[in-house]
Amino acid sequence: MDFKNLKEYLAWLYFQYLIITGIYVLEPWEKSIFNSVLFSAIAMVIYTTYVFVPIHVRLALEFFSVVQ
Amino acid sequence: MAMTAANGILKQHSKQKNSRSEDVKVNGYHKKTQVKNGPGTGVANSLPRHEPFEQAPMYVAVMTYLGYGLVTLFGYFRDFLRAVGLEKCHVAQERSEQKDFVPLYQDFENFYNRNLYMRVRDNWNRPICSLPGPVFDLMERISDDYNWTFRFTGRTIPNVINVGSYNYLGFAENNVDFLKTVAEKTQEYGVGVCSTRQEIANLSLHQELEQLVANFLGLESSMAFGMGFATNSMNIPALVGKGCLILSDELNHTSLILGARLSGATIRVFKHNNMHSLEKMLREAICSGQPRTHRPWKKILIMVEGIYSMEGSVVRLPEILALKKKYKAYLYLDEAHSIGAVGPTGRGVTELFNVNAADVDIMMGTFTKSFGACGGYIAGKKVLVDYIRRHSHSAIYATAMSPPVTEQVIRAMKCIMGQDGGDEGIRRVRQLAENTRYFRARLKEMGFIIYGNDDSPVVPILLYMPAKVVAFAREMLRRKIGVVVVGFPATPITEARARFCLSAAHTRPMLDQVLHHLNEVGDMLCLKFSRRSLAPRPDLEDRTDFHTEE
Repeated sequence: MDFKNLKEYLAWLYFQYLIITGIYVLEPWEKSIFNSVLFSAIAMVIYTTYVFVPIHVRLALEFFSVVQ
Repeated sequence: MAMTAANGILKQHSKQKNSRSEDVKVNGYHKKTQVKNGPGTGVANSLPRHEPFEQAPMYVAVMTYLGYGLVTLFGYFRDFLRAVGLEKCHVAQERSEQKDFVPLYQDFENFYNRNLYMRVRDNWNRPICSLPGPVFDLMERISDDYNWTFRFTGRTIPNVINVGSYNYLGFAENNVDFLKTVAEKTQEYGVGVCSTRQEIANLSLHQELEQLVANFLGLESSMAFGMGFATNSMNIPALVGKGCLILSDELNHTSLILGARLSGATIRVFKHNNMHSLEKMLREAICSGQPRTHRPWKKILIMVEGIYSMEGSVVRLPEILALKKKYKAYLYLDEAHSIGAVGPTGRGVTELFNVNAADVDIMMGTFTKSFGACGGYIAGKKVLVDYIRRHSHSAIYATAMSPPVTEQVIRAMKCIMGQDGGDEGIRRVRQLAENTRYFRARLKEMGFIIYGNDDSPVVPILLYMPAKVVAFAREMLRRKIGVVVVGFPATPITEARARFCLSAAHTRPMLDQVLHHLNEVGDMLCLKFSRRSLAPRPDLEDRTDFHTEE
């Protein structure tokens, strides 16, 4: 498959996402609901990772006496 | 192989097959069969082709379940909206006065219909406005409210390549020269017969057809019925009853299952094409007898099909015949898809495996698929067919076959046998075989997972995920190819597929066009799951570690 530009490739990736999750068969407003729920879940995961993972890593390293 | 025409029947002289004895493996022991001269006299080919049911990678199954799960969740959400009243309900509902009665529409089938099938049903029941030949015209229809209602735009989509119709030898044609006898007979007999076979509609044309079918198959006698489904469902009750045992393959057609249930016999199901399962069931049945009284069974009937229409797999006929003879059971072979479509001269699976057709007790087939007509037949010994003429529901109560349809079958069969003086019939049989081999080889090369025997003209391509099924059908129609896609409940829920039915009327350029578009759509939708370069999973048919349920 030849993609002329990045936009076409991203459109194909979005199409794959629609097909694999089965959202392709739903009506547009249902697609929006699912996309917003998924997007907010992923945003929350990213935020939590950004805030908490460094602290947890530092505490774990202290526990194993690598860093005092 | 030299072909000679004797009495209009082409016989093969295959010296090399007769001069060595074939080993038939039964129950783990090698059994040497007798070597006789002449074709089709019991020297069976061992199953020549490997039929793996390749399994897709694990992530495909996971994503299939994910897709169904998400759409089911949205189905519950929409049902909630309908129940609360925020959305208008387009389907049948109970009346408000009946809300305390037993609910009618809450079962899974209705849920599936409302929430999954309705969303995508523009891919099925597409109206056709021409002959279903190798190309046809479709009526264009669009929906404004997400497939609850359709309207026709008035335009047609012309010259769509047809890979979904059961037109194996291309006899669905409207060429005036070929249909001359059909027109003559219509003028002579009319169109309606206005009665049943046993009353007053036993036309001489029907007797000519039955004689011809018996000659075609090499059997003593046959009887023709007006509808293929009714041939199975109405005749099995005449053959078996209470106190008999039916051993039926897992993937048998609904008509066989319906006939078996109507008959009142005990039904046991064995794993698809699995001879160990069948043998174990036969032994258990003969040892323990009927369920409570332990009396011996009156009859044991094994029901199989020649080609299974959803998988394209071919029955293991030599092994079943050996088992049948050993345990003294009867065999009912439904050749709906294989008559005319397999075998060097189109005689079906008995010719494909080079076994004697008289070994099969009841040969059944239909005229719908390879002969371009409608109806079915049952053939076998004269004693059997005479009994069926007297006792079959279809013979007594169902209207007889219509004269133009009968004449169409007669002319198609004469064409295949070569009796009309040309070699058009044999050319079509060979063209179908060549198309089948080419198509299957190219698909395997491209990397699709396909099921079935290499000789069967029914080619299912596995698609697995529900949204891919829908996108595939829509995209192929956009490229002017009409395919049939099948999902749950006709197939297991994880194995949705697109089924291609090849035809002798497809030319090589048409097949190349279909393959080219399949290649592109396969890349676009990521459908090429095959990992055939790795060792494939061992066959389902050779498994011995199964559990049979009583």
